[in-house]
This record gives sequence, C-alpha cells and structure tokens, in this order.
Amino acid sequence: MESPFGAQVLFRVGPVPISPAVATTWGIMALLTLVSWLALRRATPDGGPVQTALEIVVETIEDQIRAILQRDPGRYLPLLGTLFLFLVTANLVPALPGLRAPTSRIETPVALGLIVFLSIHWFGLRETGVAGYLGHFLRPNPLLLPLTLLSEITRILSLMVRLFGNMMSHELILAILVYLAGFVLPVPFMVLGLLIGVIQAYIFTILATVYIGAAVGAVDS
Amino acid sequence: MISVFAAALAVAFGAIGPALGEGRALAAAMEAIARQPEAAGTISRTLFVGLAMIETMAIYCLVIALLLLYANPFTG
Repeated sequence: MESPFGAQVLFRVGPVPISPAVATTWGIMALLTLVSWLALRRATPDGGPVQTALEIVVETIEDQIRAILQRDPGRYLPLLGTLFLFLVTANLVPALPGLRAPTSRIETPVALGLIVFLSIHWFGLRETGVAGYLGHFLRPNPLLLPLTLLSEITRILSLMVRLFGNMMSHELILAILVYLAGFVLPVPFMVLGLLIGVIQAYIFTILATVYIGAAVGAVDS
Repeated sequence: MISVFAAALAVAFGAIGPALGEGRALAAAMEAIARQPEAAGTISRTLFVGLAMIETMAIYCLVIALLLLYANPFTG
C-alpha cells in the first residue's frame, strides 16, 4: 500500500511538480466557478430553480455564521462560505470513480489551515485595531502569554491534522476492506464516507468561524 | 519491527480515552435534548464541534501510528 505521506507527481509545469491532489483542486475550483457563473449569469429578483437553490445554500451558511459570530456575516461570508463549499466538494469527490479527495493528502489541509491562520489575525487586527488585538493575547492573565501563543499554533495544527486524518483514515479503511473482502462489502462504508466528508467540511468551517469569532471578540475562546 | 507494535499500541490505547469521552458527551447531549427539545439545534451543533475536538485525540494517535509505519524518521 502506498504511503499516505508520500508525494506523487502527476506532471510538471517547468520545474514545479504538480501532484494529483493539486490537479483535483484545480478541477474543483473550475467546477465551482463554472457552476456559479452559469447559474448566476442572469440573476433576477425571482430567479429560476437553480438560483433559488444556490440562494438557500448561501443563506443557510449566512445564518450559521451569524449564529456563531453574533454580528453581520457579510464580511466573513466570502471566506467561510467558499471554504465550506470547496471542502464539501473536495470531500465528496471520491464518490466519482478514479478520483481521490485532495483533502486526504497532507498538502491541501495544510494550505487551508494556513489560510485560516492568516485570516484569523487579519480579521482580528481589522476589527479591534493593533493595540486591542495584541491586548487580547494578554487576557485573562499576562503570565499565560506563552500558552496563548502556543495555542494559536496548536489549534491550527489540530485543525489541519483533523481534516487530513479523517479523510485519509477513511481512504485507508476502504483500501483495507477492498483488499480483504472484494468489492461489495466496501459499499456501505463508502456511503458512510460521504457522511464523514460533509461532517468534516462542516466542522472545519465551524471551527474556523469560532476562531475568527474569538479573534474579533465576539465569542469567548 | 518494534515500530509495528508501537503503532498498534498507539492506536489501541489512544482510542480508549476518546471513546469514553465521546460516550459521555453523547449521553449528556441526549439527556439535554430530552429535557429541552426546543434547544436541539444548538445542542447538536455544539455536540458535533465537541465530538470533533475529542475525536482529534484519536486521530493524532492514528497519524502517529501511520508516521511510525510509513515515514519513520529513525529507520530511514
């Protein structure tokens, strides 16, 4: 069985090796962009069924963010909504034959984790100002500063390892089942995999929202 | 060879704590929903996030086990 940590190379663009996960990510990005562009090319106040379905999705995400942040979600919706839609698509991609979830390789979760890490501080600085944001590291007690700084890093680390571990371990279980029992027994586990994918996408987005909420001072971390 | 046993031990013992913790969390959430069905939405959202947090401990053990098996830094 191939190592879940090894890097594969699909093709090279000049000196840069492109792994299958990155190629799949590009495909998902193209798909999401294309679907949104086609559905919302001629958006009207009383749009067709596709536009209404997309509106329901966006409004649901908006409501969830508002419930956690307790403020207008407009500023945070582009990042968090895109994160959720991308993760759902990426985690459901293995339902198509021949494709593997890009989130089951370590590189995609690390990239997403870095995006979340940087945007936490960006939103925190923008919302509370430099002094206010730096002051929030000194609460509840300045003595705890090293621990606070450590937790900034470990929670992002656990965010990426959680996504990676869940998706990769499920893939591994499927591989073991196929190896042991042929091709009928893995089917219920593949259905379970769809559920796991959606739940992990939800959890990643919710945790990113909670972290951003803690940085902008809406939620107690 | 030792790393295979170490990996098995890591997963075996690493699964005990999260399993107990998730069981307790789930039982408490069930009780809370039974007492207050109108708060089911908030409770299940918090439960999912909490379960994911607890589950991470088991996932850490799994990742360490897989590191030992596939990318052991000491055997090269």
